[in-house]
Amino acid sequence: MNYKYFPHTEADIRHMLERIGVRSLDELYADVPESVLLKRDYDLPSSLSETEIRDYFRRLGEKNRSLTIFAGAGAYDHYAPSVISQLISRAEFLTAYTPYQPEISQGTLQYIFEFQSMISELTGLECTNASMYDGTTAAAEAMLMAVAAGKKKNRVLISATVHPNTLEVVSTYAKFHGVQLDVIPACDGVTDKGAMEQMLEAGDVAGVIVCSPNKYGIIEDFTGFADAIHAKKGLFIVLADPSALAVLKTPAEWGADIACGDGQTLGMPLNYGGPYVGYLSCTKDLVRKLPGRIVGATTDVDGKRAFVLTLQAREQHIRREKANSNICSNQSLMALYVTIYMALMGKQGLREVNEMSYSGAHYLYERLLGTGKFEVLYDRPFLKEFTLRSLLPVEAVQQKLLDNGIFGGIEVEKGCLSFCVTEKRTKEEIDKLVAVIEEV
Amino acid sequence: MKYYDKLIFELSKEGRKGYTLPENRMKEYALTALPDGLKRADVPELPEVSEFDVVRHYTNISNKNFGVDTGFYPLGSCTMKYNPKINEEICSLPAFTGLHPLQPAVTAQGALEVYYNLSRALAEIAGLAEFTLNPFAGAHGELTGLMIMRQYHIKRGDLKRTKVIVPDSAHGTNPASAAVCGLTVVEVKSKPDGRIDVDDLKPLLDDTIAGIMMTNPNTLGLFETEVLEIAKLVHGCGGLLYYDGANLNPLLGKCRPGDMGFDIMHINLHKTFSTPHGGGGPGSGPVGVAKALVDYLPNPQVRKADDGTFYLHRSEDSLGRISGFIGNFGVMMRAYTYILSLGKEYIKYVGPLATLNANYIKESLKDCYYLPIESVCKHEFVFDGLKDKSTGVTTLDVAKRLLDYGYHAPTIYFPLLFHQSIMIEPTETESLETLDEFIEVMRKVAKEAIECPDEVKTAPHNTPVRRLDETTAAKHPILRYRDLAH
Repeated sequence: MNYKYFPHTEADIRHMLERIGVRSLDELYADVPESVLLKRDYDLPSSLSETEIRDYFRRLGEKNRSLTIFAGAGAYDHYAPSVISQLISRAEFLTAYTPYQPEISQGTLQYIFEFQSMISELTGLECTNASMYDGTTAAAEAMLMAVAAGKKKNRVLISATVHPNTLEVVSTYAKFHGVQLDVIPACDGVTDKGAMEQMLEAGDVAGVIVCSPNKYGIIEDFTGFADAIHAKKGLFIVLADPSALAVLKTPAEWGADIACGDGQTLGMPLNYGGPYVGYLSCTKDLVRKLPGRIVGATTDVDGKRAFVLTLQAREQHIRREKANSNICSNQSLMALYVTIYMALMGKQGLREVNEMSYSGAHYLYERLLGTGKFEVLYDRPFLKEFTLRSLLPVEAVQQKLLDNGIFGGIEVEKGCLSFCVTEKRTKEEIDKLVAVIEEV
Repeated sequence: MKYYDKLIFELSKEGRKGYTLPENRMKEYALTALPDGLKRADVPELPEVSEFDVVRHYTNISNKNFGVDTGFYPLGSCTMKYNPKINEEICSLPAFTGLHPLQPAVTAQGALEVYYNLSRALAEIAGLAEFTLNPFAGAHGELTGLMIMRQYHIKRGDLKRTKVIVPDSAHGTNPASAAVCGLTVVEVKSKPDGRIDVDDLKPLLDDTIAGIMMTNPNTLGLFETEVLEIAKLVHGCGGLLYYDGANLNPLLGKCRPGDMGFDIMHINLHKTFSTPHGGGGPGSGPVGVAKALVDYLPNPQVRKADDGTFYLHRSEDSLGRISGFIGNFGVMMRAYTYILSLGKEYIKYVGPLATLNANYIKESLKDCYYLPIESVCKHEFVFDGLKDKSTGVTTLDVAKRLLDYGYHAPTIYFPLLFHQSIMIEPTETESLETLDEFIEVMRKVAKEAIECPDEVKTAPHNTPVRRLDETTAAKHPILRYRDLAH
């Protein structure tokens, strides 16, 4: 029993058993039916020392390939300032629980308030919760919000231009929750507004979910969407990359009621898919339908400014089966991550990140078209991600890139590949990618 | 130390910056070329601060926080055990953190091996066939598990099973997850001894029951002694058994949910497997199933081929996708490190030592706090407030007073079975000395409640801020800096 994570000596255990009035540790399990007691060791590997653990993971790491990332599709390779990982490793943040005792949790509560404030700055919407698991589940929760706000309405529309993984997650939630989810077709790479208006006709739509930049990387123009949706008493939900919102028209400016998406673009490591951080913002009118934790400002008995979890009457631990969402935790530490990122980058840095990504992506776009091996798919504005029709077999392109240490060219639809360029990609890296393509 | 209460926005000064970026060498392609109709009109009011401003600001606010590394954190049902530092080192290895979630499996074999091996280890510990690690948190795992339960009935064409039985002592997420999953909740009562009332359960069982959600040991920390009978009854009516793994810790080394008859369960890696709670997340909520349910697990599934390589599989019968990619991979790295550290030689002591610690505190305090159910507990137990109720000192007051003495408070007012619940879970990583000091403080607070109740009722006194005006916060919500009066 002598292991570094267990402080118990033999004498301690004897003393404690005596106080409890049992003779052995086994006796503490006397109420467990004999037939289910495990009478063997688990079939697991033997305990490893720290040196062995380091070696083991180093060897496993060698089985991964470090690639130059020219892919997006929901996960983006942005620059992360060194400060962030150092600060979020502070044990006071890392090893705390949900801030149930605000008197000793002001650190967590304060950064969540800052997170809410900054995300609201980007989306333009007044209310933001303390974060969601990821962008896909944030979209699913937005759908649940719309259905809850729509009283008897049980139908939600989602654009075909939403990232496929998000569409799948929202569909799963819809299927089990009993929401009729209908897909608005795409037309020339963007949501078909005319089709949407027709689908709204019946007046039974609780909400409409669209995405910009969309799965092709195209920046969609939502002019007239809000009016059309609001005329039919539905909620307008915009999925948006928060980093891009530093320069692109905000969900609030488009007239959205709810904005959601993934905060991974705010400098978070790719981490093979997680942890990331979803965000969910809404108008003031909807705040009581907003799921998850929310932090509000208040004062203590001495009049000091302080922060606290608020509007808890919405939540599962109070409402139980009547709650609109089952979410209990948030991605607090990841919310801290992007809060520090946004603080460091500030209004100017976030703009520069977008300018550089835009420049690199458009340079690559021109160069790839110049090879004669791709052609324009949709001639529409984009930011850092774009999709081209490949005149070469896509597998050949992807494999050739991989052989040269590059991951890029995700097949968004048959024969069409998307590429993404962030501020981390240098001109040399882009030129190399183009040179590799020339050789295919 | 000076009290610090600034917000980062209040440090902002026009022209300051906290980053460097390389020169833009392709600026002939300029963002200004985008149509104005697609650009935002204003500039977001993000702070303008220097790097050192940021470092000092977040360091200062961290000092107003309390974590497991700060002190004893006996928060019931949350399993606030020590979070080993090696886990943090391993999960930060660039060979893993740099992987794009969509890069081909052949270039991410090391990461997939971590996922696969961890899922196998959890299957062995749970006594179940397969695990998905895709769910992001405990509640997300519950939802995924219930989707599997429904998918099983739907695939069998048994469409009328839309009710799920949940005990009155269950975590709030249980009924909420059921509702999100489109199931109707039927509550089963607890007996005076805190366990599920089998006689109350029997009449509920018919062909509309999809299954039952159970926490074992339950939220009172008591082992459900009739679990085998319950399993027989629920299976007998065609339902499935879901195990809420929030309370798995005391069973490590002693028994397995699969052996008790459970078909589906979730595990909180951030509880039982030592990954940090991070102030509320990220967690990870793997879901395990019995053999007959494997095909219903969410997509994508990580599988091992005959040649020993790993690949992502899409099952046609799957309930669907529940996460953008394959879950909180960084959290899996930590949990797997923990399992490898303890190994089969030591992991088996986790449960017994956690149970030993909980019973030791219970027996040492039951003369001054009211213990409603006299029984050996598992990893946690519940007092119903102070024994002497005449002082007017409530559970909230006791909790706040503990903060003054440098402890995090236990979970309070849960479970809902009692009016003044104080739920204490020490975990196995706390020493006898820490427990003795905590016991002494708890006794002292009980004494203060009699001798100087006002001191307790107005606690805390020594914390960075004191009791907050939560009513105003909810009545007039101020949720962002822009809405604060400056």
